[in-house]
Amino acid sequence: MKNKLKVLRAERDMTQAQLADFLDVSRQTVNAIETGKFDPSLPLAFKLARLFNLPIEEIFKEES
Amino acid sequence: MESKTLTLKEREKKNAINLAIWTLGWTLSIALVTFGPESLWNFNQTFTVLALFINVVLGIAMIFANIRHLKGLDELHQKIQLEAMAIALGVTLVVGMTYEMMAQAHVWVSKASISHVVMVMALVYMAATVIGNLRYK
Repeated sequence: MKNKLKVLRAERDMTQAQLADFLDVSRQTVNAIETGKFDPSLPLAFKLARLFNLPIEEIFKEES
Repeated sequence: MESKTLTLKEREKKNAINLAIWTLGWTLSIALVTFGPESLWNFNQTFTVLALFINVVLGIAMIFANIRHLKGLDELHQKIQLEAMAIALGVTLVVGMTYEMMAQAHVWVSKASISHVVMVMALVYMAATVIGNLRYK
């Protein structure tokens, strides 16, 4: 699954560590999501959607 | 009473220390059951049964501490642990059965004990955890 997490985080001038603290996950997890190595659970995706005030499908896109 | 929500790092540290304490207690109780009858109470069965009971209770407590530890991890690390446990269980089962079949067929016979199974399981689990962490780095 592709995502715009890195771009959205950069737009808000947030570090991976800050985002990890907000999500209650490790920095390694944020990095793995950003690089597409790990797809988050639905609750974590909703948390991201709330933080960036965007619908989930705006953040995550299915790879065709 | 005021309740404090722990951060991920605080929670992981607390659960890891808790697991280490119970694991240490369980390991010490194994030493007690193994060496106690001969060295401490001259094979008195009551003391041996009591030591075995303590060992089982500490073992159960260690299992619950491990469950709490796993539940306290974030979802990526839960996935890494799940994969590592699946690999450790699978490799131990396959290696154990292969050894058993080789022994039955007289292909390779050497004395094996439960401690060998534990060692294989622990080594594979540690290797799988390290590899899992490197994969998602």
